[in-house]
Formats: sequence, structure tokens, C-alpha cells
Amino acid sequence: MKLHRRSLVSLALLAGTTLFHTGAMAQANVLRIVPHSNLAILDPIWTTAYMSRNHGYMIYDTLFGTDENAKIKPQMVESWTESADHRLWTFKLRKGLEFHDGKPVTSEDVVASLQRWGKRDAMGSALMQFVQRMDTPAPDTFRIFLGEACGFVLEALGKPSSNVPFIMPKRVAETDAFKQIEEHIGSGPYVFKKDEFKPGDKAVYTKFAKYVPRSEPPSGSTGGKRVYVDRVEWNLALRDAQAQVNALQKGEVDIIEQLSFDHYESAKTDANIQMPKTDKFGLQYMGRFNHLMKPFDNVKVRQAALAAFAQEPFLRAQVGVKELYRPCASMFVCNTPFGSTAGSDIQAKSNMKKAQDLLKASGYDGTPIIIMKPTDLASIQKLPDVGAQLLRQAGFKVDLQAMDWQTLVGRRAKKDGWHMFFTAWQAFDVWNPISNPITDTRGEKSVWFGWATDEKMVGLRNEFMRATEEPVKKKLGEAIHARAFEIATHAPLGEYDAPMAARKNITGFFVTNGNMYWNLKKN
Amino acid sequence: MLNFLFKRLLSTIPVLLIVAVLVFLMLRLTPGDPAAVLAGDAASTEQIAKIRAGLGLDKSIPQQFAIWFGNVVTGDLGESFYYKTKVTTLIGQRLEPTVSLALLTITLAVLVAVPLGVMAAWRFGSWLDRGLMGFSVLGFSVPAFVLAYVLIWLFALKLGWLPVQGYKRIADGVGPWAYQLILPSLTLSVIYIALIARVTRASVLETLGEDYIRTARAKGLPELAVLMRHALANAAVPIITVIGIGIALLIGGVVVTESVYAIPGLGRLTVDAVLARDFPTIQGVILLFSFVYVAINLLVDLSYVFFDPRIRY
Repeated sequence: MKLHRRSLVSLALLAGTTLFHTGAMAQANVLRIVPHSNLAILDPIWTTAYMSRNHGYMIYDTLFGTDENAKIKPQMVESWTESADHRLWTFKLRKGLEFHDGKPVTSEDVVASLQRWGKRDAMGSALMQFVQRMDTPAPDTFRIFLGEACGFVLEALGKPSSNVPFIMPKRVAETDAFKQIEEHIGSGPYVFKKDEFKPGDKAVYTKFAKYVPRSEPPSGSTGGKRVYVDRVEWNLALRDAQAQVNALQKGEVDIIEQLSFDHYESAKTDANIQMPKTDKFGLQYMGRFNHLMKPFDNVKVRQAALAAFAQEPFLRAQVGVKELYRPCASMFVCNTPFGSTAGSDIQAKSNMKKAQDLLKASGYDGTPIIIMKPTDLASIQKLPDVGAQLLRQAGFKVDLQAMDWQTLVGRRAKKDGWHMFFTAWQAFDVWNPISNPITDTRGEKSVWFGWATDEKMVGLRNEFMRATEEPVKKKLGEAIHARAFEIATHAPLGEYDAPMAARKNITGFFVTNGNMYWNLKKN
Repeated sequence: MLNFLFKRLLSTIPVLLIVAVLVFLMLRLTPGDPAAVLAGDAASTEQIAKIRAGLGLDKSIPQQFAIWFGNVVTGDLGESFYYKTKVTTLIGQRLEPTVSLALLTITLAVLVAVPLGVMAAWRFGSWLDRGLMGFSVLGFSVPAFVLAYVLIWLFALKLGWLPVQGYKRIADGVGPWAYQLILPSLTLSVIYIALIARVTRASVLETLGEDYIRTARAKGLPELAVLMRHALANAAVPIITVIGIGIALLIGGVVVTESVYAIPGLGRLTVDAVLARDFPTIQGVILLFSFVYVAINLLVDLSYVFFDPRIRY
């Protein structure tokens, strides 16, 4: 037999193709996702990190959820009743709920999970102040007895962001709230493959065949969590923004959870890439004052800074893409249940002349304002530059200090040595006056850095917690909002969307207002 | 020889000890709080304080050092703050990608650079020599990430021959393993080709002027034999030294390449650990890097014996 050179080359290519592309078929029903960050901590109650929360949504289920319009809807709960005095809540679980180890979900698991969550989460611990006891009259029924009526039981149980009250098996939930759990078993739509988890490399989830989804369509963290892929792989190693786009263009990954703004326009023009809008409310930028440090212990100085912080310059510099940002002078995010602009004129109608006048009237003594600037966090690193410039124009002296984000995180936990830092929140972390940690004004007892002090605000928040009627809550929400602007707790700097990018063969996207990966099909 | 080996091995102990103390102290003196990193953005100061205590960071620095060093002596590098995994396990997971990349890179670099360097010396002053020197300057000057993006654009996106990113373990098959590493090793090897080729050229050029080369040519030996057996063999010591240093640098210096190609190696682990202030992991990895440096230097020193019979230990 005589082989021609061309035949030999063809054979070699065929052999090479076979050798190098093994497993291509096996990839068919695997959803490959590039998350926005690295997954390190697998206990979503122990930390408030968004990646741990997203991991939680993959493997755990929740009693209630928040739909795309910010309404609380039942999830694991089938039905519930509330006594006339709002002090006794009885919940019945859905039938067929099962943990990944084959054991049924019982009310005892629920109570243990809520107790652990209540020790860590800000809203959870607020709720626990009202809870007298919880009991389990039947395996599918649990009750919450309140010492006095409070108006946020369902908001707390269905809160969509960190820390989410995920339901874990009782033996896991009994872990000390300040120690990380060792077992990662939930009753959610995916099973976590601990044996395949390689920190900093990849996390793998497989479909939980016994999961019984609700019949409603998916919406936010509520509705039917139907899984149409066998396996989801989070690529934790792919963190270079350009490399992420390259991989998406080549089809090596299916979804980039958070596309960098710099790559938005180029990705948009790619015929194989879509930009599904899965977040209705987006994120909010904010600048936080340290209320314990002079001169920001003076409300007039803070007001001057707030007046200087027109939102457009921040948004234009940081986001840059006009269709991705919108100014909004609401501390609770525009178009959300408590979204309001009450009292926001000081910033919404601000101008530099007003800021300068306010600063002169404040008795500012020229103390340099230390602004911490994270150089390694592309999503917020331009905000401090804009903030520094605006403050200088208003008449402040500014000391802009560059550092990496983790140095900033360490420094801001200390009560001195800094005046301002900037960050971003997902809308649902700040849209409720209780879950919003920045409006906690109990001074050094506040749950978040900056330690604002204001008794009037504390009183309003206490009233809000106890209000059970929606119109009253709405009114109190507006009062809290107006007061926050009056005492300049912080400066909201506008809202933006963090764009998601996906291959066009991925379908089934819905408004999650977060990062949730069910209902997706890979065609 | 055995005596030399023993002495050198013994000398690694104080080196590693000094590295251990310095790294430990430097980490404690730099700003940043691992507890604040772990707690997440919405955590309160009280929660951060509890986490700090849980990590043992509320103890005095000498106490912390004593605990850590006591464990290290028994081979226990501790547990990562960030990943809640043994540091030795993390290093074990990340060693293969980095070692694979380093070895493939250095093999490629040696196979290309040594012949090029010899040819450039042989044809000193010719277009080949000038071309090689020009390439060397380019190889030194172009940053690895720029070259990586250019190669990805050409070979992965335009031609579609190679993957953009990722790593396959050898256990998944040699073919996929090599396929994934072609672009990263090509990217990294350019600078080493430039370096080794220049050193080879200079070293061979020097030996080509020696009397024994003239004698070999006068004996009528073919030019290839003169170059390989007499010139290159006698020029080997500096070349081996550069290759050795190259391997050591590669083990710790592949951060950029690992990031661009999403290779979960030691470089990426180190960067993540530094960003998260994951003290045990940083300390463990730096100790490993130090050990690799010392070990490779020792191997290089030992290899001199085989290339230059005049050297005795």
C-alpha cells in the first residue's frame, strides 16, 4: 500500500484532533461560568461575601424568596398564618423537600438554621430581638413566637442577600455560628461536589435529581428552580478581564457573570455573545464618612461634602458606558419598595458654590481628609479620584492614599486613621431600612464601619421594625431616608448595572437580581 | 564530593530559618487584616474581632511565631485562613501546573536557544548573529502579558488552533496536557530563549578563540564536532548556570502568565494569598520557593563537575 504525503498529513491531523480534543462531547451539557470573584469560604452564614452567598443559592433552599419586583414569596414554605396580634407565626413546609443526603427536610432543621443565621446576619439578629422562642409542633410545621409584633418577619426570612437564611441539616446548622461548617449539604437544586472543588481553580455542582421545583415561573430568588444542565462548573482561575472575554468569544466558557465595563462595547458587537439583563435594580456606589474622625464628626462638614458629590462625575468616570448607569438620589435605590428621594435636595440639587458655602459655614479647620483608594479593584478604583477632586474644589484639603483593597478593608475596621472610602452595594443589600447597615446610627455599636450617631434615626428605625402596616412602613422609610440625608450618614453616588455576558446558545435567563443559575438551557 | 553535598545541605537550614523569620515578621508588619477580608463587606467590627480571635491573630507576635514555627518543624505548614485547607494540600494541588509550565518552558528555551547561540557565535558578525541579537533585545523588552495577548489573538482567536485558557492535568492525558500548555510555554520561553541564546553566544565565542579549538580544526575535525564537542562543552558552565537560575525564577515567576492563561498554579496561589492576607499560605509558598532556589543552585553546582573536570569538590 502506498500512502501519499497528503494522506499522511490528514492522518496525523486526525490523530492530533482525537488526542487533543477528548471530552469535547462530554462538555455538551455542562454550563461553564466565570464568576465575578474567587470562591474561598463555603459557609454563607459565616461570611457576607457575595461569592459565598452565590454558592449558597446553588446548593441550599430558602423558606421565602424575593421576586424580581422585590416582593416576598414563599419558597420552601407551602403556607403560613399570622395571628391577629402579629406575634405568632406558623409555617408549613412543602411536601417532598429533601436534603442531598436523602434525608427529609424537617422543621427542626429549619429552626436550627434560623438560630445560627440569627447570630450572624444583621437583619437576622434584629429579628431575633423580637423572637421569644421557636418550636416544631410537627415535622413539617414550625412556629415563631414574638415578644412583641414586628413588621419584617417575612422580609427577614426571604431576604435575598448576605446573609441569606439558607436551610441546612440540623447537625450542620448546630455548628457554632463563629466557626465554618464542614459539611456542605443542602436541599437546593444543585449538589456541591466537594471532591472536585479546587480552591482558586474550579467549583463543580451537579443537578440534584430529587429536587422538586415550585410550579411558578422563576423570578428573583423565588419560583421554580428547574435545572436543565447536568453540571455547572465555576471557573475560578479565569480572572483576567481580557482573558475572560477571549474565552467567551472562543466558546471555552458560557457565561461571564460580571463583564468589565472596558469590554462592554466590544462584546456587544460579537455575533455569538448576548448581554442578558438579569438584574432589574443593579448596584449602588457610595462614599462613607468616618463619623468618629474630625472633621467628619461635624454634621455641617459632612453636608458640605455631600453637596459637593454630584453623582454624574462619579458614574461617568467609573462606569463610562451611558446605558449602564443612572444618577439616583435615593439611599434605598430608586424603584424599590422603599426607594425615595425624600430629603435628598442637598445632594440632588447640589452645586459647588453651595458646597463651598456650607464648608465655610461649618468652621472646617483645614484638616486633610484621608481618602482610601483601592488600586486593585477596577470596579470602584476611580471613585476616590473623583471624590478627592470634588472635595478639593469645595475647599477641603485631601490626602488621597493608594492601597490594595484588603489593606483598605483592614484599615476601615479601625476607628481612626481614615475619613472616607468608597464602595458598591448590590441593590437588595441596601433597599430596606433594616438590612441597610449604613443607616444604623448607634455610634460605636453600629453594625458597619463609619459609626454614625443619631438618636432620632435609631428611634425611627425602631419604629420601622415594629410597624406592621405597609403604609406606615412606607412613611417611616421615607422619614429614615430624609433623616439620613439630613445628618449625611453617607453619600449615595448613583446606580449602575454590572453587565453579564453569555454565549447565544444559552437560553432561559430571567430577572434574578443576583447570580442564580437555574432555568438555563445550553442548546 | 559527599562532604560538599553534606555541607551545602546543612547550609540550607540557616537560609530557610532566616527566610521563615523575615517572611513571618514582614507579613505581620504590613497593613491589612485577614479577618476583615474573610468576614466580607457587610460584616461588623465585632464579627471581625471574633474571627480574628478564631484565627489566633489576637495572640502576641512571638506567640504566633512559636506556634507556626513549631508546626513547620514537624512538616505542618498550617491551614490556609482563606481556604480552610492545609497549606501542603494547596501547594500539592498547585505544584503540577507550575512545574509543568516551568519544565516545558525551559525545555523549549534550551532546545531553541542553545543551537541559536552556538550558530550566532560561529557566524559572529553575520546577519544571523545580528538577527539573533535583535531578537534577544525584543525578547527581553516585550512584556509577557503583551506577548501572551498577541499569541492568543493569533493562534486561539484568529486561527482557532489552540485554547485561550485553562489547564489539563497530566492524569487527563498527555495530549490535552501539552495542548493546553503550548501557548503559555511559548509566551514564557521567549524571554528565556533570548537570555540563554545571548549567554551561549558569548560563552561559545570566548572558547572559539582558544588554542584547543585551533588545534581541533588543525586536526581536521568536522566543524560540527569542533563546535559541539570542544566549543560548547567547554562553554557549558555559564550556560548551565543561567538555565538553573531560569528554572528557579520560573517556579516563582509565572504569575502573569498563569493569570492571563488561567492556570491554577503556585503563582496564582501566591497572588491570591497576598491579596487575602492569607499568612499561612504566603509563608508556606515562600518557604517552598526558597527551598527550590537553594536546591537548584546546589544541583547546578554539582553539575559543573560533569562539564568541567577541573572542578572538584
